[in-house]
Amino acid sequence: MKDLLRLENVTMQFGGVVAVNNLSMHVGEGEIVALIGPNGAGKTTAFNCITGVYEPSNGVISYDGKAIIRNHPTGRMRKIYAGQESGKYADEKILNPTPDEITKLGIARTFQNIRLFRSMTVFENVLTAMHVRAKENVFSAVLRLSWREEKSMAEDAEKLLEEQGLLSHRDDLATSLPYGLQRRLEIARALATRPHLLLLDEPAAGMNPQETQELSAFIRQIKERYDLTVLMIEHHMDLVMGISDRIYVLDFGSLIAEGTPDEVQNNQRVIDAYLGVAEDV
Amino acid sequence: MADFLHQNLSYFLSGISVGGQYALIAIGYTMVYGILRLINFAHGDVFMCAGLIMVYLSSSLPFAVSVPLVLIFTVLLGFIIERVAYRPLRSAPRMSVMISAIGVSYLLQNAALYFTGGLAKVYPALPWLSDSVVIWGATTRVVTIVTPFLTAALVVLLTLLIKHTKIGMAMRAVSRDFETSQLMGIRINRVISITFMIGSLLAAVASLLYFTNYASVTPTSGSMPGLKAFVAAVFGGIGSIPGAVIGAFIIGICENIIKGGSSIFGIPGSGWTTFSDAFTFAFLIIILIVKPTGLFGEKAVDKV
Amino acid sequence: MDRAKRNHLIRIFIAIAVVYLAILVLEFTLRPTNILFTVLRKGAIYSLVAVSMNLLNGFTGLFSLGQAGFMLLGAYTYAIFTMPVSVKESERVYKYYECIVGFDTGAFIGLIAAGLVAAFFAFLIGLPVLRLKSDYLAIATLGFAEILRAIFQWDVLGPLTNGANLLREYKDLTRITLPFTDIPFPPTLFVFIVVGICILLIVLLINSSYGRAFKAIRDDETAAEAMGINLFRHKELSFVISSFFAGVSGALLAAFQYTVQAQQFKSMMTYEILLIVVIGGIGSISGSCIASFLYIALSEWWLRGLDMGRFLGIDAPDLFRSGFRRLVFSVIIMIIVLFFSKGIMGDKELSFERMKGFVKGIGRKKGVSK
Repeated sequence: MKDLLRLENVTMQFGGVVAVNNLSMHVGEGEIVALIGPNGAGKTTAFNCITGVYEPSNGVISYDGKAIIRNHPTGRMRKIYAGQESGKYADEKILNPTPDEITKLGIARTFQNIRLFRSMTVFENVLTAMHVRAKENVFSAVLRLSWREEKSMAEDAEKLLEEQGLLSHRDDLATSLPYGLQRRLEIARALATRPHLLLLDEPAAGMNPQETQELSAFIRQIKERYDLTVLMIEHHMDLVMGISDRIYVLDFGSLIAEGTPDEVQNNQRVIDAYLGVAEDV
Repeated sequence: MADFLHQNLSYFLSGISVGGQYALIAIGYTMVYGILRLINFAHGDVFMCAGLIMVYLSSSLPFAVSVPLVLIFTVLLGFIIERVAYRPLRSAPRMSVMISAIGVSYLLQNAALYFTGGLAKVYPALPWLSDSVVIWGATTRVVTIVTPFLTAALVVLLTLLIKHTKIGMAMRAVSRDFETSQLMGIRINRVISITFMIGSLLAAVASLLYFTNYASVTPTSGSMPGLKAFVAAVFGGIGSIPGAVIGAFIIGICENIIKGGSSIFGIPGSGWTTFSDAFTFAFLIIILIVKPTGLFGEKAVDKV
Repeated sequence: MDRAKRNHLIRIFIAIAVVYLAILVLEFTLRPTNILFTVLRKGAIYSLVAVSMNLLNGFTGLFSLGQAGFMLLGAYTYAIFTMPVSVKESERVYKYYECIVGFDTGAFIGLIAAGLVAAFFAFLIGLPVLRLKSDYLAIATLGFAEILRAIFQWDVLGPLTNGANLLREYKDLTRITLPFTDIPFPPTLFVFIVVGICILLIVLLINSSYGRAFKAIRDDETAAEAMGINLFRHKELSFVISSFFAGVSGALLAAFQYTVQAQQFKSMMTYEILLIVVIGGIGSISGSCIASFLYIALSEWWLRGLDMGRFLGIDAPDLFRSGFRRLVFSVIIMIIVLFFSKGIMGDKELSFERMKGFVKGIGRKKGVSK
């Protein structure tokens, strides 16, 4: 299986705090991979590195076999760098794309705390995400010379809404939807950018067991339909164990285990991380 | 160097003096921004109002009475503005509060325009402060010499207040984390009111010094010093009092040297006078681009 | 396009046509000095600049305070471009300097040039400034407007800008003619046509894919970026377009008031425009237009008595003296800012349904009181 996403020695340090430490992982094409760990383990930080929100202090992230983000400690960071492998990439070119460039490559994401466009309807939220794929320039857009493209975008957006079961809410304000549907809309909006890799940040947060189960089916379904690879952060273990092909476990910024759900469940370090270790008294 | 200093001494002196006055105004900006994350656009106009209050009071009262009254009324004005225009918008988006501040500035200027009839009001000559003195061949006023010392003294006092009193501790807590300090039982509104009152008090002192030098007050004479003081606050790193003071002195001195006679780039000094105001903004923009956090500012990280 | 939408558009076109016809009729029936024309012209010009500011502050969420600076650029460009060479060479305008501009153009080219110059400067200014966060952006744009004002009054640029002196005798509203003829263009209609086209373009922009991207940035920068919207490029685009139209409105203002001087374009002017936008409702185009006309009508016409000693039949020269109008005005504005922060329209647009509802609402109230 080909690797779609690959992280090598990724370290993210804020001032003196190492939030992600020397993380290496890979996600194969068509896989569903979960990234788990206790609160504050650095999962969302890792996501933010992959999506270009943060510039990692060190390491390489490649997508589809090509390095897209690469950095090594420079300037002040060089003096205070506390991670590992600082010399490994020192001679290579620094790559620091903005989040929109990452999205254009085909990586889309959702957010832990839902971030829909507040003033827009459900339909407009999805349509906005299609802007990235539009070829029109501002003049043709204003003068409506590219109305054909706008029309096909609108049709695609409606189709997407229909597939996600949101069409009946088409003209509702996005923020007026019930919580579960807002989550679903956020996923639909991410899909509208036509990704190959979908990053889900706690998609089941705040859901009850019933909803979580539905979500699990939903993720499988979109994965098949849109031919996706999924990397997700999640706390609901039922969901994680149920649909993941592989799992990575982070604790205090470092990878402590990886493997299939069964392997991870029986890993002593994982159990310790979640339940805590009895201190010597 | 000594020659250059000597030639431009009077500009240096007035630069230091104006710098001190800007510093006192800048503290008001920086403290309010530190706590509310609000550019109090009306602060310069509060400073102008203090000047006008002095003009009106001193026409009928002796200085010994009118000077303390000016301080009291200005503090009251600052308190009322916060109470009426900012407090109701505490939970509103930041843009609304900023618009409200612009509205207050507009209101104060128009009120001043109405009461003065649009005429420049002559500022009373304060005894002793407006006397002339000669230093190293440059003639200047006592106020020029007094300003930096008074500014320094007030800054030291303020720093002691912030470091060692209960209210000072509360201020530091609120500027660090608004919500948490509320949960810790700090009475936010009281802290904010006191911050505005301190800022207004310092602006009133600055107005006494500034207008003694400039001799007249118009409805718009607060806006430029206000903006410059704000630039000083940004330069020093907004939220930092020593930063604001240092920034204010630098701006005061630079702008007076630009105003001064010596030619720069072959264009005679008078050609640059128009730019003494523009200089401040050019300076601001350079700071914002090179080091947006200013000299002593702290970097804020956005949470995603 | 579905039927309802088409009907809606047709109705809007009819309404607009009626307005333009009415203006044409007024222009041939009323005396040209009628105050109504001042209100209509100035109101329209302010509508354009308010809408352009709304595009930036209301739709893209960029708190910029540079509008007066871009109007200044537009006004000067227009005046310098359209002033006849004979005037430039004489001493009537450029008294202390030799004017170095050796050509003149028509009003139309002058307007376009005004917009382009403003847009070009916006492009340059935007490069450093648009990377700043909200309130820093406000103060930096305000600063740039002040710098522009200083530059235009600078002695050294006198041969171009006439220093701190007035510019006049360019193509003001009385000198604009119908294309290829000597027949004077009805001035109010001219202003309305230019403003109408500009606002139409802005509305089309806002309702396009780019407009949605702007709104996405306003709602949530992080999410917008994650959806592939390049923040800087779109902010710069919005800033440049907004400034283009501010430049055009500056040119119209110059044409409207016969003379132009850099001194006039102070930050107070930007504040006024901002407050108009707030009164109309941040994020509402029709709100900005309504507020502009209301603002101009109040300040130039209806509240004039407040400055003249007599208002609503009350004589009180001591109270109603010069400046009282502006004072009353600023109090009204503060009340709106504090208690009606949504303004007249909120972020909604004027529509027939809304007007019907409004009229019905009034009728119902009257019915109850009976």
